[in-house]
Amino acid sequence: MEVQEHKFKVIGTRPIRHDGVDKVTGRAKYGADISLPGMLHGRVLRSPHAHARIKSIDTSAALALPGVKAVLTSEDFPKLAAGVVAMGELPMNPRYLSMNLMAQDKVLYDGHAVAAVAATSSHIAEEAVKLIKVEYELLPHVQNVLDAMKDNAPILLPELRTSGTPEKSDKETNIASQLRFARGDLEAGFKAAAVVVEHEFDTAMVHQGYIEPHNAVAQYNTDGQTTIWTSTQGAFTARDQCALALDIPASSIKVVPAEIGGGFGGKIGIYLEPLALLLSKKTGKPVKLIMSRADVLRATGPTSGSHIRVKMGANKAGKITAAQVWMAYEAGAFPGSPVGAGCMTALAPYDLENLQIDGFDVLVNKPKTAAYRAPGSTNAAMGTETVVDELAEKLGIDPLEFRRINGAKEGTAQPAGPKFPRIGFLETVEAIKNSPHYQSPQPKSGKGKLKGRGVASGFWFNAGFQSSATVNINTDGTASVVTGSTDIGGTRASCAMIAAEVLGLKAEEVHPVVADTESIGHTDMTGGSRVTFATGYAVYEAAQDAVNQLKQRAATLWKAKPEEVVYQDGAVSRTTNGNESMTLKELAGKLPRAGGPVAGRASVNPRGVGPAFATHVVDVEVDPETGKVEILRYTATQDVGKAVHPSYVEGQMQGAVAQGVGWALNEEYFYDEKGTLRNAGFLDYRMPTCLDLPMIETILVEVPNPGHPIGVRGVGEVPIIPPPAAIANAIYRAVGVRMTELPMSPPRLCKAIAEKSAKK
Amino acid sequence: MHAITYESPKSLAQALSLLSATGEKGRLLAGGTDLLIQMRAGVRKPEQLIDAKSIPELQVLSFNSQDGLRVGAAVPCCRLIEDPAVRQHYPGLVEAAGLIGSVQIQSRCSLGGNLCNGSPAADTTPALIALGAVCHVASSKGTRTVAVEDFVVSPGRTVLQADELLVEFRIPAPKPHSADCYQRFIPRNEMDIAVVGVGAAVTLNGDTCTAARISLGAVAPTPLFAKEAGASLVGKPLNESTIAAAAALAQQIAVPITDMRGTAEYRKHMVGVLTRRVLTTAAERARAK
Repeated sequence: MEVQEHKFKVIGTRPIRHDGVDKVTGRAKYGADISLPGMLHGRVLRSPHAHARIKSIDTSAALALPGVKAVLTSEDFPKLAAGVVAMGELPMNPRYLSMNLMAQDKVLYDGHAVAAVAATSSHIAEEAVKLIKVEYELLPHVQNVLDAMKDNAPILLPELRTSGTPEKSDKETNIASQLRFARGDLEAGFKAAAVVVEHEFDTAMVHQGYIEPHNAVAQYNTDGQTTIWTSTQGAFTARDQCALALDIPASSIKVVPAEIGGGFGGKIGIYLEPLALLLSKKTGKPVKLIMSRADVLRATGPTSGSHIRVKMGANKAGKITAAQVWMAYEAGAFPGSPVGAGCMTALAPYDLENLQIDGFDVLVNKPKTAAYRAPGSTNAAMGTETVVDELAEKLGIDPLEFRRINGAKEGTAQPAGPKFPRIGFLETVEAIKNSPHYQSPQPKSGKGKLKGRGVASGFWFNAGFQSSATVNINTDGTASVVTGSTDIGGTRASCAMIAAEVLGLKAEEVHPVVADTESIGHTDMTGGSRVTFATGYAVYEAAQDAVNQLKQRAATLWKAKPEEVVYQDGAVSRTTNGNESMTLKELAGKLPRAGGPVAGRASVNPRGVGPAFATHVVDVEVDPETGKVEILRYTATQDVGKAVHPSYVEGQMQGAVAQGVGWALNEEYFYDEKGTLRNAGFLDYRMPTCLDLPMIETILVEVPNPGHPIGVRGVGEVPIIPPPAAIANAIYRAVGVRMTELPMSPPRLCKAIAEKSAKK
Repeated sequence: MHAITYESPKSLAQALSLLSATGEKGRLLAGGTDLLIQMRAGVRKPEQLIDAKSIPELQVLSFNSQDGLRVGAAVPCCRLIEDPAVRQHYPGLVEAAGLIGSVQIQSRCSLGGNLCNGSPAADTTPALIALGAVCHVASSKGTRTVAVEDFVVSPGRTVLQADELLVEFRIPAPKPHSADCYQRFIPRNEMDIAVVGVGAAVTLNGDTCTAARISLGAVAPTPLFAKEAGASLVGKPLNESTIAAAAALAQQIAVPITDMRGTAEYRKHMVGVLTRRVLTTAAERARAK
């Protein structure tokens, strides 16, 4: 496929986003804004215990409260067999899905849903859940990944057996699966090294921190059809999961996607939708469920905490001779941590002959983990990119030069085996090297304030998956673009711009629409940085389809052959049999006499996914007395393929860095000794505020993806990977301490600095 | 359903008679920046809210060089922060008030609310203790005064009886060459609760310290008056070693806990760091006067 960048008229410009006015005027309808006549309000009762057997649930007092219309427990859910169902490309275990939606015989984490009520007001519903009597038998709990792997650990799921082991075992375990990537001769590799660096890392469980809590409104009709309004990253994915959990046909559910207030992977799974459906079925009324912030933190998201060991060696020339990584990720209460992605991305920026990577997916009494922006790779990069930095330092090589010596390029085999197509990793290293930030003098430490600069890189695969699009030509010669992709990062704008480019219209002349599950062909979730790539691909093809139809219509009017008609710059023309031309506006008015309306369609499952690489540099200031870190300057660079709307690409990079800074410095799930989450709110779950961040500078490197007609690579995820390691490396330059635990919060850093000065 | 009545008395007498009628079931509402959140979380369940904002005595803000500062319990912090006399004479109190929540919160919250909420981590309480502020309390039976350091008895509980309300604070006029300072530590730069807060007020005569008060927040069940730490400075110059010695005495009375905001060990360490920093700044300010 030829990428002809010079011809772009709309791609690469920065028009105002189509959904902007609705959002800044408050008119956009989010899930919580949905209200229906006769609607009931639901509330979920959640476990206060980390691990307990449910001995009995007495709902009689709640049901007796005036205004209460229904109570739901796991009795109302179908009992499903264990097993794995492929959902798109995401494996789903219906039994575990159901057990997470509503605890069956055991609660497995603080916040696990136990019952739900529907009542005529949210206040009554709140009173009613307090009247449900649950008798628990407390069980010992385990929340640390290494403890959970021990032989005598409390077992969460007695039926679980480890998959991926060389020999089949019938032992009860919390290890859901294990995997290994290996090649070359590790021992020989370490022998050939002039320097070997080895560290163990711990990273805390963290949440995506989207502003909008989960929500669902369901209306069940007596004909068995249900409509669900919800803010979700994928209307079709939500529908399929509901059908799976309730053992009903997917076609009996219509999901209408509401506007979404952030997701970052955390709104791919479902939590409330089947509960709202069942409560609506029981009462015959629409039922609305909305989570509190505490519910969101206790029971949704988060991503895995982890324990990671990294050992790497390099020779005097700076070539990495061997790399070994061992990582255990918290799955939460059910299998499914992103340890596989962690293993595949950990060393991917480097060309390695000898490596071994082991990964373990481990159950702990914490919420089931969900996807979070490049899931699994930020933890891994904290380990590997810190060790890479130390190797470079010990060899006296500039960290960017070290990456140039070892960096992956087209044809390099990834740790998991496949060879990279054309990628732009070294271009990002070069871009940082030449950046005004890296070229500026190293920050100078002053009295009581120590400063340092650090760099780190990251890799993310990006996803393809299935998408559909329709491009409708309006009677006035403008167009609408209908897709099934939740717009979470400006993809309405990018889809409209791709259609505008093909149709020769202005971006403003194309109106983008996100449709429900009955109004567009199947489309997988917004995730894997895939929408501008895959849905954009479908839009490109649908617009081409519309162009072909327009050429046919013009040929009919001119009594010519379609191949004699040329479509360019929003007009049809022909050069044979005289010069005739018509603008799209003129042609649109004549369509009723030329064969009828034009609607271009396409459904795709594109394979030419372009991997993404990022390299970041950060300057920090450390107060050695308090251990507090200030981010002085931050520059992120990334191979973005082709930036369709550069402002939104930059926004993705800045947003991801902000999340990465939070993950690095303060965010963590803080459980007490009873296994209760103590910081289930944004006061004590400390995400950075605007006062904690400098303006994040961005540099877009455009190495077009040969697998996409416009050269697009996914851009949303990879920029969250480097920040924790880059900041750790900067802290080392400032105070001489290698931090191996996230978050690098003031108490931890203060202690590390004190321990270092005590050793002197 | 939990029903709530709301009253907005226009005089102190009216407020006191409402309070004596409702007793334990009533709760004074000033800015509501703590109370409304606690009610939403089910921590406090008052049946009657008595809005303090329209009571004239609780909105007094006046300063004169003889009697010092009078601050009504419901004066919003933004008024205090912007007051030229307060800014000139009590910079530490301005620092503390300016740290509560955010700019939006400061337009609602008050010194009285901050103290009556009874949190050990309240920012303005250590600043008031350092200044030797006294609370004027009224009930339908009469009035009494309580030193700020004696006001909070345990987390969320104060010396106020069910029929009493806090009317105002009186803060002594600053002596020549005296100044105060308040600092807290939070992991972020805003929207946070003190991990440790330290207030100090010092008076100098030449190089010699003639009076010093030090107070600590978030390191015990109640805000602490570090009396010995302050007294250790009297009669001495304020230099690195005397300040370090005072900081060590302040650390001795801190009995912090480990929680999601920091470890006990770290909090104790931070008492030392912040005590040194506030004393240094207060001394610099006093010298400049």
